[in-house]
Amino acid sequence: MEQIRTTLLTSRRHVLLAGASFAAWAYLPKFARAADQRDPRLIVVILRGALDGLATVAPIGDPDYAGLHGAIALTADGPHPALPLDAFFALHPSMPEFARMYRDQQAAVIHAVATPYRERSHFDGQDVLESGFAGPGRVQSGWLNRALEALPRGVRVSSALAVGPTAPLVLRGAAPTVGWAPVTLPQADDDTAMRLVELYTHRDPALAAALSQGLKLEKVAFGDDMKPKPGGNQIAAMRQVARGAAKLMAADDGPRIAALAFDGWDTHANEGGAVGRLAQLLSGLDGALAEFESGLGARWRDTVVVVATEFGRTAKINGTQGTDHGTGTIALLAGGAVKGGRVIADWPTLKTASLYQGRDLAPTTDLRAVFKGMLADHLGLGERALGESVFPDSAAVKPIKGLVA
Amino acid sequence: MARDPQGALIALNRFGFGARGGASGDLMNAASDPRGFVKAELARPNGALLELPGLQATPVLAEAVFAYQDEVKRAREAAAKSDASPEQPGQTRNPPATGADLPMASPSPAAPQAASLSPQAGEAAPAMQAVQAKPQPQQPPNVVQKTFRAEALARLQRAVLADCGVTERLVAFWSNHFCISAGKGELARMWAGAFEREAIRPHVLGRFADMLKAVEQHPAMLFFLDNQESLGPESRAGQNRKRGLNENLAREIMELHTLGVGGGYTQEDVTSLARIITGWSFAGRNSRNAAPGSFVFNANAHQPGPQTLLGKVYPDDGLAQGEAALADIARHPSTAKFIATKLARHFVADDPPPALVARLEAVFKTHDGDLRAVTSALIDADEAWSAPLTKIRSPYEFLIAGGRLLSRVPEDPGFYLNALNTLGQPLWAPAGPNGFADTNAMWAAPEGMKLRLDLSAQLASRLGNNLDPRDMLELVAGDAASADTRRTIERAEQRQQALALLLMSPEFQRR
Repeated sequence: MEQIRTTLLTSRRHVLLAGASFAAWAYLPKFARAADQRDPRLIVVILRGALDGLATVAPIGDPDYAGLHGAIALTADGPHPALPLDAFFALHPSMPEFARMYRDQQAAVIHAVATPYRERSHFDGQDVLESGFAGPGRVQSGWLNRALEALPRGVRVSSALAVGPTAPLVLRGAAPTVGWAPVTLPQADDDTAMRLVELYTHRDPALAAALSQGLKLEKVAFGDDMKPKPGGNQIAAMRQVARGAAKLMAADDGPRIAALAFDGWDTHANEGGAVGRLAQLLSGLDGALAEFESGLGARWRDTVVVVATEFGRTAKINGTQGTDHGTGTIALLAGGAVKGGRVIADWPTLKTASLYQGRDLAPTTDLRAVFKGMLADHLGLGERALGESVFPDSAAVKPIKGLVA
Repeated sequence: MARDPQGALIALNRFGFGARGGASGDLMNAASDPRGFVKAELARPNGALLELPGLQATPVLAEAVFAYQDEVKRAREAAAKSDASPEQPGQTRNPPATGADLPMASPSPAAPQAASLSPQAGEAAPAMQAVQAKPQPQQPPNVVQKTFRAEALARLQRAVLADCGVTERLVAFWSNHFCISAGKGELARMWAGAFEREAIRPHVLGRFADMLKAVEQHPAMLFFLDNQESLGPESRAGQNRKRGLNENLAREIMELHTLGVGGGYTQEDVTSLARIITGWSFAGRNSRNAAPGSFVFNANAHQPGPQTLLGKVYPDDGLAQGEAALADIARHPSTAKFIATKLARHFVADDPPPALVARLEAVFKTHDGDLRAVTSALIDADEAWSAPLTKIRSPYEFLIAGGRLLSRVPEDPGFYLNALNTLGQPLWAPAGPNGFADTNAMWAAPEGMKLRLDLSAQLASRLGNNLDPRDMLELVAGDAASADTRRTIERAEQRQQALALLLMSPEFQRR
């Protein structure tokens, strides 16, 4: 479905809550104190709605690309030329910041990836992407949360965090998390809150647990620039959430591991090419990556941002200058810790016979191999934990080595 | 009949929107005959319809949007021409709101019980409106905003005033099941209320197949899921304009509206249904054949030829091809199961008793999707009265219940709309076509509970001064109130705090 934001929205908060969310692990992992001084930060960005990978990192060297993507195909020349990544792939012109990171070897692309999910329902696709299970229907916990459970737990983050209404599935689960979203509702006083916790403790333990956790996030100390401002749009909101998240994560006692979700990538109609609707969204994503970089400052060196989506879109545009639900797509890595400057792809080609079910970019890389490689190299998770608890039944999916410098 | 305080909570909270304050006697009435209390409201003929002066039909609303958009365009062009001063080009975005205005009398509650429930005179009266009031940049609301607010107000008033609220709960359930999003654009925002009034309300106690057809042929749904842009590749329009299919609506019909994921359809079926419903569209602003904004079947856009869907061949007889397909999907066994599960999950428990789901499924099948029969079976089911109240009220249910208890018939939707945004359930604007989730995991999350408490404290600080919280507890739960809750409220340090605690108590939050 489409998420066209109009000027009618009553407040920035509406945009933020509907278009983006952020949550983080509530503890500092022990390895942050390890002898080698590495203090890694990991940010997982989920693009909900299915990103058109062929429109973001275009295989302009593939002879079938221009014909399939038709009027919205990117080109190497013209008024809005795509940004060359290598002799074969070119980046959408709305992403100059990512292109710069790529040139500085701090960003990489993995192409023709997909989760193990092969149907085309957004909701099931997102469940698989975020739960880390091989099939849909497992929505109690996400792979990032289970990865945290496998890490030695350090001290609780004391960084000031405000609240947002829901956490993305990828970070939901037993490992405690904290959320943040710019909200300006005046708060209930402590005494009332404590009395209510007391009542819940006697009558409703589930609500007691939920409220207690919500209250722990209470001491809010974010700067003025993170409060909602009137006006603006979804693009600005993406930057704003990223700026806020980066600020929290840059603090010495701030969270090290976080997840964000951005909505609105379901471009069924009038997707646009070098300019247009998808271009706008990509510009927002590019801006968010730049905010992470500047906001994390010296910590950027130890940071990996991984961007993923539930599936791709049809290789051939549909009847309405858009693309329908597909399969293979891209994942992006950015950050000072990334061994970048590469497009990693076992390219299946876009020949009709090569397309998945005759319509989609065929996936040649399992997205879990990317996640597992990144978790192994960046956070030091063992292959056994990755193959059993983090991504259940995935022992056959080998981690991609060398994604992290 | 013996009094049944626990049954009263089920009747009012599980099935309704909670007890009304004042002298409503809701809790007493429900306690004397809980099932009868719920069923009495459902027995009213046409009780789900919402027809008020000022609420317009979809084509009328479309004309107003088109006129408004034309006016914006003219104003922009005029500004571009008179250029001269290059400052503030953005100022012409909103033209004077006069020209395109609809006669939008704010609908006032006509129900006879309005008098006894309307706000008391006094300082606290406007509080439900005043919470969170913020100085906004002053610009007169345009016709789209005005319409949205009027539609929202009508819905809110109906829910706050209803006897039990079960009818409005059904409307909210089905509206979320067949959701559109006002965030899609001006037409969607303009039509969000009309869609519910026209496609949902007439059928919540009618046949599922009729609701399905009304929904999928409503311009708001066709616009929301792009079907007006989908052309049969071999249709005349498709050939001329070199455009073709858009699968969006076809997929969501099967995945979200009827069969459910795993309901036995394939990608081929999605594409087939997309072809079958090509041509389902609505008249545009310049249409001469039909009123702009009304459903039309555009034969020029319809994919010619028979189509195979779920193993059955549908001959190409134009509009009838899609109507026949929808009728079959509506009575598909997967649909019966999907709907039965969702209904039981909404009203009874996140993981509903399998026997209850099976019974609802069977009634759906034997009564050919008669939703009155299915709803009655749900209310008659022993499981619905014995299962503990484990679900938490959604933000909408919580806010309406608060309005009812505090006897605040909204005169302006602002408070509710802002509060719904804050709590993550913006009215008629879920993030995707799957609607808002219907589970405790969604609404009893830490952040959400904290925000609920903040909101309750805000409300109580404005309204709690003149109310006796012990009386309020009697209205909410009576003899079913726990000793802990009673003690917590009695020991509160002042009335406002007591009211905040009451609004947050398990008796008020669980349903």
